[in-house]
This record gives sequence, structure tokens and C-alpha cells, in this order.
Amino acid sequence: MSTSDIPDIPLYASAKKVYPQSVRGTYRRIKWGVLFVCLGIYYFLPFLRWDRGPNLPNQGILVDLVNRRFYFFPIEVWPQEVYYFTGLLVLAAMVLFLMNAIAGRIWCGYLCPQTVWTDLFLHVERMIEGDRRDRMRMDEGRWGPGVLARKAAKHFIWLMIAWWTGGAWVLYFADAPTLVRELASGTAPAVAYIWIGILTFTTYTLAGIMREQVCNYMCPWPRIQAALTDDEALNVTYRYDRGEPRVSVKEAARRKATGEAAGDCVDCFQCVAVCPTGIDIRDGAQLECIQCGLCIDACDTVMTKIGRPKGLIGYDTDGNVQARAKGLPERPFRPVRPRTIIYFAIIALVGGAMLYQLATRATAGISLIHDRSPLFVTLADGSIRNAYTIRLINKRPDSRLFALTVEGPAGARIELVNVSATADWRPVVAVEPDSTREIRALVTAPKSAFSGKSVPIVIRASDLFAGEDVAARDHFFGPG
Amino acid sequence: MAGHTEEHDAVTGRTTTGHEWDGIKELNTPLPRWWLNVFYATIIWSIGYFIAYPAWPGVSSYTRGVLGYSSRADVAVEVEALKARRAAQAADLATVELAAIKADPKLLSLAIAQGKAAFGDNCAPCHGIGATGSKGYPNLNDDEWLWGGTLEDIHTTLKHGIRSSNDADTRISAMPAFGRDGILKRDEIRMVANHVRALSGQPTEAGYNRAAGEKLFADNCASCHGEKGLGNRDLGAPNLADAISLYGNRLEDIVETVTNSRAGVMPAWAGRLDPVTVKSLAVYVHSLGGGQ
Repeated sequence: MSTSDIPDIPLYASAKKVYPQSVRGTYRRIKWGVLFVCLGIYYFLPFLRWDRGPNLPNQGILVDLVNRRFYFFPIEVWPQEVYYFTGLLVLAAMVLFLMNAIAGRIWCGYLCPQTVWTDLFLHVERMIEGDRRDRMRMDEGRWGPGVLARKAAKHFIWLMIAWWTGGAWVLYFADAPTLVRELASGTAPAVAYIWIGILTFTTYTLAGIMREQVCNYMCPWPRIQAALTDDEALNVTYRYDRGEPRVSVKEAARRKATGEAAGDCVDCFQCVAVCPTGIDIRDGAQLECIQCGLCIDACDTVMTKIGRPKGLIGYDTDGNVQARAKGLPERPFRPVRPRTIIYFAIIALVGGAMLYQLATRATAGISLIHDRSPLFVTLADGSIRNAYTIRLINKRPDSRLFALTVEGPAGARIELVNVSATADWRPVVAVEPDSTREIRALVTAPKSAFSGKSVPIVIRASDLFAGEDVAARDHFFGPG
Repeated sequence: MAGHTEEHDAVTGRTTTGHEWDGIKELNTPLPRWWLNVFYATIIWSIGYFIAYPAWPGVSSYTRGVLGYSSRADVAVEVEALKARRAAQAADLATVELAAIKADPKLLSLAIAQGKAAFGDNCAPCHGIGATGSKGYPNLNDDEWLWGGTLEDIHTTLKHGIRSSNDADTRISAMPAFGRDGILKRDEIRMVANHVRALSGQPTEAGYNRAAGEKLFADNCASCHGEKGLGNRDLGAPNLADAISLYGNRLEDIVETVTNSRAGVMPAWAGRLDPVTVKSLAVYVHSLGGGQ
């Protein structure tokens, strides 16, 4: 093979800047609504209070890394319960799949943070630099002081939004009002400033500069979505059966008169102009399409103006479009079908299991570690003693008393090192609200009760007042 | 290799280096300017670094640099800071009574933590990591104490040691070497050893005569160990009637003990460790399970 056979093109495609045009319509309004709700939740949720009593923080949502707790309104999650997040991730994936099976990339088009912030940043850009044509002209022309001032203003406002985004993020990790005061007075911990810095940078870069590149190259979901979709899901679709062949209004009138075929698409390129990822929806379903519906608004506006019915671009199923193109009857859209039923069943199952687990979980816990050195001790009277390190867990917001008992070799008794309180001869331990306590326990059994090298043993902790009862198993060792 | 003529490459628009190896030519691709500049910058930086910091090795020393930096000095500063912090934490431990340490959960956990560390460094070589002891070195987890198992007793033993040659207040007791010094005869020793086994309820040999054993014990041993062999802590005389024996309770172990006596030694720690550490050790040992 000679060098002339190798195509002389670079493998790297440099990004083409997209200048989305502003648009009005139903989907634009929906997107604004979703944007306000989502950003409102994100920016203000940390300030929502939730009373948990005097011993716990009163912030609705709080990731308390220092004390290793996660608070979500009435739910408090300890580090060992982090498997709830596995459940949440399964739910998140399944909800995403379900949304996809019903109406395509709803997540991408309306809910994804990348979309929401990019939308906001684009709006700022339009407010300052003007609409599509103005911005294109500005970038082509020479940069005078006016242009520079406008660019500077845009980047300044972007950075302010990005900074606020980072600022809101750290509020989820500490008491929000306190942290706001600390940030304002410059006394917040360094880690807060560092994270604000990181998130300011990522927000500014992802939403301001990279935009659709994130969806096209960084995000795995478009690839997965393409493999999961079917011809029964609603997608933002160009109804080519109606639009083709594309001809101008005048030409269409001429063709109609002569009985020639003429589609409804007038090739005005408005759908392309408004597209935030810079694609042509008329090329069919494609990876870059985030299905935000803005091309539907753009096309509907044009169709209304030229007096044709709306919906040349609209939410439709692939199956329907193909059926119409072949002149077959339409298939009604079926949101309830095996695929969605299965997704829904998995969601119900996982969600139900999580709720059940949450509702029935214990508020006390006990774990044991048997001392290894020495494994057992012979006492002066010949009886055998084993030592255990016990960790008692109290997940309630008030202090609790636990009485400890032992079940195992006959005549075995339990005593605690450096704890002297008892109730009915049982040693009693106080555990502080919402915390754990480690204690060393000595279990002694008479030699006569002991046969073999090891016997099973159960150490039980019973709440003296609330009646909760937890136990842990281990072994009791002896000389055999 | 032949020829040194630079050629213009049509595809890339660049020139070749002019070298050729068996028909293979190489495009001239200079290092990017920014990379080269960074490289030069590091060279300039290194000159400053050589001057400021330790850099060149010599035969027996090295250039120390004008900043006088040394990682060893850094460590010394950190160690001093740690000591100061520990001293601050341990201030209460130094002044508070042993019993009061036991009553204060915060001081107690601090003392146990410090005691555990000090035990591993100083005591574990003889007593074992878990204070399990071994032949001749008492197990500190059990409830048998030669010199007493209260906090104060343990503290005194730690401070002054046992048979420690350099402490006047050391705990001391001396059992006669009944065999070596010719006090008892061989068969008498065997008889009394059997009796000691009988005291703790263990089987005896065929030739053992209870009355004779009892008499020998009463004449030679009971003055320290008591008539029933229950021991005497004031004298450091162990209880012979319980299930624990420091040097073993097989017949030959006891014969050996009676013949040659035993005299284990523990150093006095008062001069070796600071008072807070000794106190912490006492609290730690007392908390192991056998404390009285």
C-alpha cells in the first residue's frame, strides 16, 4: 500500500461552535418550568429545616461527613447502611429506563443538570450577546471594545452562576445558614472554599464552554439509550412521511396544482437553528439528539405561519412513522407494554424492599470481637474466662440503657470492665444519643460447665425501657 | 545511512531531518515550543533549588543549601509538638489520684490508651502482647496476684519492681532452696511436692502419705504459704491451693521449685518511665480483667 492510499484527513474532529437560536412554544415553556423547579430545589433545599430533637441537626438534607451520618428528612443513614444507595442507584437506573421506554430521552432533554445549566448559560449568552445571527456575526468580525465588554460581562455572569452552584453544593455538607455566615465572613473551613472552587470551575466549563460536547463525547447514556430504545417509544421525530419531499411554499403550490408529490417541510432550517446540539432532526434518530423538543416549537411556529397543521416534528413512535410511510394504519401508542411493566415491576420491587427495610430497621445494634490474646484465662478457682470487645449501637436521638446478658455455657455470667451499674444483676451500659459505645466484657463460666474447646455463646443487649433487644453470636473458648 | 539533504514532504508540508536509513526518512518534528520552555524553566528552577536546598553529595557530607532545610529537623519539631500535646492531655493524669482516674471516663480511656501503648513497648517482652504471661511471667488477665491486685498494689509493683536491684523499696521475698541448701532430703521434697498437688485437688503419686506430707508442709512451708497453702500477699507467697501456678503444677515443676527456689525479677519502672506512664500502665493492667 503506498502512501497515496491513506486518506489524508485528521482523526480528530474539532468542535464546531453551535449558536442555538431562541424559540417560543410549548416545550420551551415546559423547559423553563423544569429549569426553575430543578434549580430552585438545588439552590434552596439546604435551607429547609427539619426538627429532629435537641441532639441531632435540624437540616432537611445533610451529608454529615464529620459525624458520618446522612440525613434525609425523617431518614437517618449510618455508614453501614450505605447499601440503601445501591437501591437508590438501581431505582435511578430503572426510572431512567422506564422514562426511555415511554418517551425517549426525557432525562437528557429536560432534567439532566448538564441540560439545565447549559440552558441557563445559553439564556445569559443570548441576553448579552444577542440571538444566533448577532453572535455568529460577532464571532466572525473583529473584536472591538464593545464586543470585549459584552464577552467579559457574559463570562462574569457565568462565573457568578457557577460560583453560586458550587456554593450551594457545599451547603449540603454542613449547617447551611451557619456555613453561609462563615463563607461571608471568610471563616469557613478551607475544604468549603476548595469545593466551591472545583464546582465553579466544572460548572463554568461544562455548561459554558463544553456544552453539547459533554453529551456527545463524555456521557455514556446516549450509547446505552440507543441500545435500549424500541419502535414503540415516543421520541422527538421528524415525520418524514409527511415532510418529504421538501419543497418551498411556492413550489408546493405549483406541484399540488399539477398533482405532483410535495411534502410539508419547507426546508427553512429553523429546527437546525434552534437545536442546542447543532444537529438536523430530519436526519432521523441520532446520538447527539437530546430530545429537548425545541425543534418541535420551532417547526410548529413555521407551520402555523404558513397555515399548515402543527406536528411535522413531534413526539411519535418509530413504528408509527414507518407504518404511515408504508400507508398502513397507525398503531396506537402503548405506554403499558411488557417492557414498561417489567421496568415498573423492578422499580416497585426494589422500592418496596427499601421501604420495608427502612420501616422495620432496628434502632439498636451489637457486634462482638473475641479477644485473641489471651483466648481464655483460667482463674484461681479454676473457672474459665473469655473477654470480648462489644460495640453497642444506639440509633435513637436519646440516650439509652442496655442490660447485657449471656447465653451459652451453664452458669456463665457477664461483667463489664470499668462499668459498675447493674439492673437485676445484669450489667447496664448507657449509650449516648445517636452514637456507639465500645466496652470490654468478661464472660466467666465454671470449668464443670465446659466441655470441648469451644462452645457457642450469645450476648444479648436489651433496652431497659424501650424493649428493643439485639444479640450477637460468638464462641467461648477453653482449654478443652 | 546516506545523504544529508533535507526534503520537503508534500503530505504534511514539513521538511525531513535529512537523514535516511535504508530508504526510511524521518520527518522533522521539533518539540513543541511550550514544552521546550517548560524544560528550560525547570533547568533555571533547579539552579535556584541547588542553592537553596541540600543538593550535592560530598565524600562525607553534602551541600546544605542556604535555607538550612533538613527533614530530620522537621521531624524533631513534629515530635516536640506531639510531646507537648500529649503533656497537655496528660496534665490531669499527672495530678489526679488513681481511683479518680478510674471514675472519670475520659481520663480512664486516655490512661488505658497510653497504658496499652506503653505495655506493648515495655512489658510485652516478658508478659506477652495480651499480658498472657508464660512460665515464670505472670498472666495479668487472671485474678491471682502475688503482690496484690488493687490499683494501688499494681502501681506500687510497677514503680518499685520485684527483686529489683536498684530500688530500695522493691518487692522482695525469698523462698529457701530446700534441696540445694540441704534443708530437705530428696524424698521429703517429693513428698511435699505431692502434698502441694493435693492442696489444689490434683492427683498424687502412689507413695504419697497425707499425714507425712502435711507435717512436712506445716514445718517448712506454712509459715509463709499458710497452713492450707492459701498464700500471703504481704510476703509475696503465692496461693498453692488454686488453679494457677506461675512455674507449673506438674510434680517435676514443683520438685524443681522446692529444690532450687524461684526468684523472678521485674525492673522498677519509676526511674525508667515518667510517672504518668507508670500510672497509665497501672490503670491498663487493672482493667485487663483481674483488677481487684
